[in-house]
Amino acid sequence: MENLKDTPLYDEHVRLGALMAPFGGWNMPIQYEGIIAEHKWCREKAALFDICHMGEFLYKGDIVGGGLEDVFTFSVKSIPVGRSRYGFLLNDEGGIIDDLIVFRLAEDEAMVVTNAATIDNDFAVIASRLSGRANFTDISAETAKLDLQGPLAREVMSRFFDPEPCNLPYFRSTKTTILGVEAIVSRTGYTGELGYEIFLPATRVKELWQLFLADERVKPAGLGARDVLRLEVGYSLYGSDIDEVTTPLEAGLEAFVNFDKEFVGKAALLHQQKAGLAKVKAAFRVGSRRSPRHHYEICTGDDTVGTVTSGVFSPMLGCGIGIGFVRPGSAPLGATLTIRHEKVNMEAEVVELPFYAGGSLRS
Amino acid sequence: MSETYFTKEHEWVRIDGSTATVGISEHAAHELGDITFIELPQTGKTVKQFDVLAGIESVKAASDIYAPVSGTVSAVNDGLNDAPEVVNESAEDAGWIAKLEGVDAAELSNLMTRAQYDEYLKSL
Repeated sequence: MENLKDTPLYDEHVRLGALMAPFGGWNMPIQYEGIIAEHKWCREKAALFDICHMGEFLYKGDIVGGGLEDVFTFSVKSIPVGRSRYGFLLNDEGGIIDDLIVFRLAEDEAMVVTNAATIDNDFAVIASRLSGRANFTDISAETAKLDLQGPLAREVMSRFFDPEPCNLPYFRSTKTTILGVEAIVSRTGYTGELGYEIFLPATRVKELWQLFLADERVKPAGLGARDVLRLEVGYSLYGSDIDEVTTPLEAGLEAFVNFDKEFVGKAALLHQQKAGLAKVKAAFRVGSRRSPRHHYEICTGDDTVGTVTSGVFSPMLGCGIGIGFVRPGSAPLGATLTIRHEKVNMEAEVVELPFYAGGSLRS
Repeated sequence: MSETYFTKEHEWVRIDGSTATVGISEHAAHELGDITFIELPQTGKTVKQFDVLAGIESVKAASDIYAPVSGTVSAVNDGLNDAPEVVNESAEDAGWIAKLEGVDAAELSNLMTRAQYDEYLKSL
């Protein structure tokens, strides 16, 4: 196996008895107490996630003149300072190289936050599309990231920090001072709950981790709970649900594509709009506690129409839920599907996303 | 209480007369993590030793449960339909999966005693 990287919090995870496993080239905590207990804690209190594995790039220079404006499926120049936007880095065929968030830190400064396994390739691709007149650096190694997510996250933040970062509205961010050092706090996350993503120097993250965990309203949560939380609210996981051979149109994510601007892959998407999609995303709810899983077949009658890309048991719904890709037209809303794998068969109904809409996300 | 025997696939069995009570070991329950679904067998189903008896799913994995001894399913633990987490809480007692009738105690010679199973776990 490749050499796995450890986050600056590796010793903390081991001390807490975490089950560690490889994810995106990193040795990450999958669970501490248990996936369902951690999931519940995040939905009811505040859960703390080590997200130091994700990538951060810093761009300094004119957004248009340096070339950043045309890199992604969304406009960077139209993001007001202090806000962020979600979208895609595409290849020429319209396939998704990564899904990411760009934070507009200042008029001439932006931070790109990427997935972990894609850091090196993303950096190379983005750099190749820039004019060279801007300063573009990979700050992933020296930048740590903690996510504090849950309905009590704001109260916990307010105990420790200034009101400004604590009272940020959804998808707003700010440069602030935390533990005496410069940090970026953003009202974003991957759980469907009220929450914050905090970027700070890797040298200080252990201190912040311990500070939060000393509050009895906060418990650590691993990537296992994170996966259940994100699927309940219908978020895609890069590498499972979306990849270089899946376009945003096929993934039902065209809301994050701005056709009024230029970007690599636009011609391919426009062609796909005319020619028709090869596959489309479908979300489904299983009629039992059975869990669909990655690579299970999606069938209607005896016909295999697609493949599951993500599936879990949803503690909030008390049944299995999943998303996958199917032949266009084969799985309309309300249709009955059979999810198959070897001798396992489960009936499922095609539903709308999100599966769970009761979170504190926008509160 | 009669002695508990174990399979290499981490099922346990206790025989009382001609009835066997079957479940998965505490070790297996711990390794599976949060158990979310048990596919209980139909009563009346006849299985041979080491045939697939039931299915079990956790947040991490789906696996088969094998019959530690041959027999006919006479009862299943229906409570697990709504509360499969009982297997995490009490794998070798309240979290039993099924009872088998018409079993032959001679088949226990193919299984491990608790002491042998504990040794086996160390070797994994």
